[in-house]
Amino acid sequence: MEHITPRRTYLIIYLALMGLLVLTVLASFVNLGPFNLALTLAIASAKAALVILFFMGLRHADGVTKMFAGAGFIWLLILIGLTLADYLTRFPGTSAVWR
Amino acid sequence: MSDSHHLPASAAHEQHGPRLGLEMNYLGMWIFLAGEVMFFGALFTGYMLYRLNYPEVFADASHHLDLLLGSINTGVLLTSSLTMALAVNAAQRSQKRTLALFLGLTILLGLVFLGIKGSEYLHKVNEGLYPGFDFIWDGPEPQKARAFFSLYFIMTGLHALHMVIGILIMAVMVIFAWRGRYQAETYAPVEMIGLFWHFVDIVWIFLFPLLYLIRH
Repeated sequence: MEHITPRRTYLIIYLALMGLLVLTVLASFVNLGPFNLALTLAIASAKAALVILFFMGLRHADGVTKMFAGAGFIWLLILIGLTLADYLTRFPGTSAVWR
Repeated sequence: MSDSHHLPASAAHEQHGPRLGLEMNYLGMWIFLAGEVMFFGALFTGYMLYRLNYPEVFADASHHLDLLLGSINTGVLLTSSLTMALAVNAAQRSQKRTLALFLGLTILLGLVFLGIKGSEYLHKVNEGLYPGFDFIWDGPEPQKARAFFSLYFIMTGLHALHMVIGILIMAVMVIFAWRGRYQAETYAPVEMIGLFWHFVDIVWIFLFPLLYLIRH
């Protein structure tokens, strides 16, 4: 844990984050249909990954810590995944519709 | 390393196996953040279901949010993560003045964010878009629009609450930092608040496009 990240690295990652912000806003003006959501989530995930790996220092953490960090997101995937598995497989033709 | 019941008090600061004190704090903080991920995750899941069911109304409602202010706020938070990372960096090098400076900047950026958020809230209330008794919706299906704004206020509100907590903790830490409390061997608390602040930033990184960028 005693790895001191050089400040220049932080600056570069920051610029990348701002670039992705511009990208995500611009991309929202282009109509790509359902792909808009996928793209927006992909960009947000990329930004989150940069913050997690570099700003939060997970890149230099040991395997166990990385696993615990990953576990949180795995649980989130389970929550989202199983919830969708329910709603998206309801009455055929009506998908996730309620009331 | 068999019987740990009779260790002297100072043993708490000694190495336990291969993990040093800071690493233990770091791991513990990540465990806490995993819980926070689920805390917000439940709201995101609720959002997901409502958006799946009311796609057009959500897109319409999203247009009522101020995209410029939301984008600026995202930039502000990203910058605050940079200043926070630089604060931790300063603590690692025992640079107490630089640490205090960057903590102060992070607090300032956090306050800017909250100020902009507050003004957005005020505008929404004035436009009748707060999902209370006087909710005004000029399109069809106002109940569906209410769902969007309920989610908007709850999710950004919970996020703002986290920011307030972070700012309060940082304010105390600025004072401690100025007094030289955080040196290279004792900067763990700075690392911890850093993790918390970056997490709050990540929540907003997802909140922003999901609330403000539903264009179609």
